[in-house]
Amino acid sequence: MKTAAAILIVLAALLPMPWLVRSDFWLNFAIMALYYGFLGQSWNILGGFGGQFSFGHAAFFGTGAYTSAVLQLRLGIDPWLCLVLAGVLGGAVGALVGALSFRYGLRGSYFALVTLAFAEVFRILADSVEFTGAGVGLQIPLKQTAANFQFPAKAGFYFVILALTALGLAVAWWLKHSRLGARMVAVRENEDAARALGVDVFRTKVIAIALSGALMGLGGTFYVQYFLYIDPTIAYGPAVSVSALLVPIVGGLGTVFGPLLGAFALQFVNQFAQVAMGDAIGLNLVLYGVILVLMIMYMPNGLFGLAHVSARRLVRRAG
Amino acid sequence: MTTIWMDQLSILLPAILNGVTTGAVYALVALGLTLIYGVLHIINFAHGSLLMVALYGVYFLYALVGIDPYLAFPIVVPAMFALGYGLQRYVIGRAGHGKDENIMLVTLGLSIIIENLALFFWTSNTRTINTSYGFSTVDFGVAFIAVPKVVAFVGAVVIAGLLWQFMQRTDLGKAIRALAKEPRGAQLVGISTAHVYAMSFGIGIACLGAAACLLLPTYYASPHIGQAFVLIAFTIVVLGGMGSFVGALLGGLIIGVTESLGGLFLGESLGKIGIFLIFIAVLLLRPTGLFGQRA
Repeated sequence: MKTAAAILIVLAALLPMPWLVRSDFWLNFAIMALYYGFLGQSWNILGGFGGQFSFGHAAFFGTGAYTSAVLQLRLGIDPWLCLVLAGVLGGAVGALVGALSFRYGLRGSYFALVTLAFAEVFRILADSVEFTGAGVGLQIPLKQTAANFQFPAKAGFYFVILALTALGLAVAWWLKHSRLGARMVAVRENEDAARALGVDVFRTKVIAIALSGALMGLGGTFYVQYFLYIDPTIAYGPAVSVSALLVPIVGGLGTVFGPLLGAFALQFVNQFAQVAMGDAIGLNLVLYGVILVLMIMYMPNGLFGLAHVSARRLVRRAG
Repeated sequence: MTTIWMDQLSILLPAILNGVTTGAVYALVALGLTLIYGVLHIINFAHGSLLMVALYGVYFLYALVGIDPYLAFPIVVPAMFALGYGLQRYVIGRAGHGKDENIMLVTLGLSIIIENLALFFWTSNTRTINTSYGFSTVDFGVAFIAVPKVVAFVGAVVIAGLLWQFMQRTDLGKAIRALAKEPRGAQLVGISTAHVYAMSFGIGIACLGAAACLLLPTYYASPHIGQAFVLIAFTIVVLGGMGSFVGALLGGLIIGVTESLGGLFLGESLGKIGIFLIFIAVLLLRPTGLFGQRA
């Protein structure tokens, strides 16, 4: 119940942001932070709760992004309906990749590798076939109405990504309190023991990756609607996969608020880096890499873990 | 009938020969990866970016100092060894906390750092060198193959053989194998694990130095070049069987030929898919590969 209350408080605090923050710059900052937080939450569901580290979440993200772009452009389907379809297809690709890899018992680095390879296959396909616009990519024509999932003001996008954040937090909260979540954690901690206790390991993992892929697909749609452009490298390249895993690792793996915390922290670091180093190509990614290595070296439980431990220490000292 | 056959052969054979020579260099890259996996049981995601560093090393030695790629061997190989040793001993080994996922993530982090530093310092321009022998060819009867490619093939096979002998005969090689099989037992008989782990990693990375010297005369250096190699090297390692030397060599040749034939029949871009499909198929159907032991 405490977590549910915390979720509601955080969402309530975030809700009035567009009225409080007048500058488009900071509103964009908040949108990007929430967006990365959402991608991180998707990864966290499979990686944090389920313990399966994917290096190719771009496969689901890109599928969602292309679902939206292609269906809108080629078939004229309503962009909001595309959002739903992107989630469905993202989840379906997740289930397919999961069913294949988990059926054959791939774990650990093998699983990371096979997800990476799937993302790469999708990237090459998107680069080669006609209906995705091949290497040129797809551009969504500008038509800024809410009915068209394009808002004249950034506030509209803010509320959409906030709603998605709420969805992500709700799923994480549900996993914390449901049998499925408990099974996922059991599989993460000790697969053989979980199986011995009667957990259907295969089913649990496939549900986890499908859920994770569905959320990632929604993230892909958001990207397309916000930036109105997608190409194979953005959709299926390694950058998205890395961001999605970095965010929860910085924030705290397998926690409800970790990804949100991690995304805001990274977004601040990113902003400072841009001020300090200018727009030098590649340097902000260097920083991400350094943060990843340092976090694992010194703070494997993430910022949330750190906050948790310090809070406990404070309580103990006070008691 | 026979003439059609001859026609097809005259296209196929050169493609296969080219594939074999490329495959040998792939094998060399994969050899380092398989050695590291076999001993440390980690997948080194920084492998491709370290190869890229080696390629730039060879390039700058040629462009700035005028040292021929083949003569750069005694400089680049020890330098890469030292780099690998240091990385394992002071970064990867420390950050791991004994958990495989952590090691995996640290090597991923390293690859991001190295690649983007390269992008920053060396820009995204591709760099090539022009050697006097770059365009000479050897006539194999069925096809003309560039001299550097023949050298690369021979070099890769010789180095693979030397590495195998090293693992079989020297004390260090035995220590590495002992550590791979039974870490605790190895520790009990007095093998310094941190040192031997770092030595294996260093040797694996030194292979990349050798590969870079053999590659550059026909290839190029660019910050993202590692990505092209890294999945190919993974594929070879998985196909050959994680930790198997013979597997890596054979796997490299198979992948080289697949790529060459895929490019011939499907075109450059789509041809690469063949490799990934093999990769996924092997991982799914036979994760132990051709020569790997049961996990």
